[in-house]
Amino acid sequence: MDINTQTAFDVNIPSASTRYKEALRKNWYKFSRNKLSVVGLVIVLAVIVVAVFAPYVAPYPKHAGSFVDYQHANLAPSLTYLLGTDNIGRDILSRIFFAFRGALYMAVLVLVISLPVGVILGLLAGYFKGTWIDTIIMRTTDIFLAVPPLILALAISAVLKPNLTNAMIAVTVMWWPWYTRLVYGMATSLRNEYFVTAAELIGASKFHILFREILPNCLSPIFTKMALDVGWVILLGAALSFVGLGEQPPTPALGQMVSDGSRYMPDLWWMTIFPSLAIIIIILGFNLLGDGIRDMLAKGEHDRG
Amino acid sequence: MNLRAYILKRLFLSIFVLIGLSIVIFIIARVVPGDPARMALGPRAPQYAVDQLRQEMNLDQPLPTQYYYWVKGVLVGDLGKSLTTKRAVADDVKEFLPATLELAFIAAIFVVIFSIILGTLAAKYRNKWVDTVIRVMAYTGVAVPAFVLAVLFLLLFGYIWPVIPVLGRLSPEIMPPPTITGLITVDSLITGDLSAFWDALKHLILPALALAMGPLFQEARIVRSAMTDNMSKDYLAAAVGYGIPSSVIMRKYLLKPSLIPAVSVMGLDIASLMGNAFLVEVIFNWPGISRYGMEAMLRKDLNAISAVIIVFGVIFVLVNIIVDLIVAYLDPRIRLGGKV
Repeated sequence: MDINTQTAFDVNIPSASTRYKEALRKNWYKFSRNKLSVVGLVIVLAVIVVAVFAPYVAPYPKHAGSFVDYQHANLAPSLTYLLGTDNIGRDILSRIFFAFRGALYMAVLVLVISLPVGVILGLLAGYFKGTWIDTIIMRTTDIFLAVPPLILALAISAVLKPNLTNAMIAVTVMWWPWYTRLVYGMATSLRNEYFVTAAELIGASKFHILFREILPNCLSPIFTKMALDVGWVILLGAALSFVGLGEQPPTPALGQMVSDGSRYMPDLWWMTIFPSLAIIIIILGFNLLGDGIRDMLAKGEHDRG
Repeated sequence: MNLRAYILKRLFLSIFVLIGLSIVIFIIARVVPGDPARMALGPRAPQYAVDQLRQEMNLDQPLPTQYYYWVKGVLVGDLGKSLTTKRAVADDVKEFLPATLELAFIAAIFVVIFSIILGTLAAKYRNKWVDTVIRVMAYTGVAVPAFVLAVLFLLLFGYIWPVIPVLGRLSPEIMPPPTITGLITVDSLITGDLSAFWDALKHLILPALALAMGPLFQEARIVRSAMTDNMSKDYLAAAVGYGIPSSVIMRKYLLKPSLIPAVSVMGLDIASLMGNAFLVEVIFNWPGISRYGMEAMLRKDLNAISAVIIVFGVIFVLVNIIVDLIVAYLDPRIRLGGKV
């Protein structure tokens, strides 16, 4: 149905599914107006597909493990090994595909854990602004925001045993305060809105007010931040694995591959360059996608520069 | 609230942040690892030696007592002994901190200068090719982690096109100037040793650039969008109407207020800069506190780890207060005692 012909007299109320489709179509229009967002979406989808189906799409799935083939070691990029092989004969491309797995796994898990924690604390502190709940939560948040996240994440994963799980714990510990601060700001202003007062007056429970009245109005900035954060978590994870604090060999990780490759510079330049490019592409993809989602969800804002 | 009260309040709150931070560090360095004494001596040390060290480190006391002893030590500058260098951690900090400050300072200067230039250019020629180029560079610049950039610099300038030194603070054939401030550029200027100054400056460029690249383009984008926003304001049309020369308008009426949002996020940029310094210093073999901290972390040198984090926490708190002061200077609404 053309939206322009719809009048007040129109009795055809669109069904839920058409309304949903209409919203989807409008959002896609807003999103796809910026070609860079579409590029980001394509990159992200490609990375996800490659990561999920790594055992099937990687040319040499065995090379992701402790595989050794000295006969084919140190080979420059060729048609057999598109991105070359490393110093013990493993295909770089296959290892990058498998490294995407760890990177995405880490990003998803870190966000899935830190997001609810951060959001709930932010809601509580914002709604109970000025009480001891606010003080305790927000001052704790300040502490975690007082050190550059990479430093504390490095320290935590260094003190623990170096592996992917502990790297994830370290990043998670550093990540929730950002959501707390974001939601806190929104909740403090939303709690003065009339619909919240109305809910309070009819005796709605605190749970209802926090999660049914305030939270839904915070969702779009939260999702925007989440989309942008995937790239940052991957970056932090790559940094940790670069110094040996993430996924342990022989399982490949992007930072670890860059660090290994840098020992064989400049002769085996492909060992460094291609994993570096992989990091840049994956972060770029998520950043562009995140920007696109932000612009899509932003209401009436033009020219964000 | 006037500015002085505001700063005092910020300082007061910072103290609580630092106390909290000390608790977090204490938990990371003393509680999480299990037995720091065993860690310090290694798995093959005899039990009696471990017990003796536990007693020396007050590890046999309850946790709050341990925390009290530890903080008491930190406050008088006793940060314990480093396992790596076998010296007092405080001495290590004194030795390695200036190199990092020098590096971070130059990186921050890069960020400020280039972001203002690029942001202004992008705003002036918005939607032209200059703007597009800067936008594309911004997207890529943000997506390239500092450590990746550092490795790529190393490959490019270390092997392929060696026009600029890549490792350390000074070339081996240059005599380092006597340590006065610890900043080689400053020390060499004081002693009038221009060749050392020039050499030190050349060594600073690549690591500083690796650190600055990400924040630089983000700041440039913020400057650009603030400027384009302000361009459509009425006060600017009024200034043009008065016949004020466009260079003065650009500098005084457009650039200055447009810097406020850029400076406000500067604190966060400094955070990412200091964090990235941990990897960049290792890659460029820069003898700073971050490389020291990184080594301490990989060797589980707990006293050194705690000290480095405290130092960074204090620097970060101070930087943010300075950022607030600059914002107040730029924003008359804050400077003249309006709403903060």
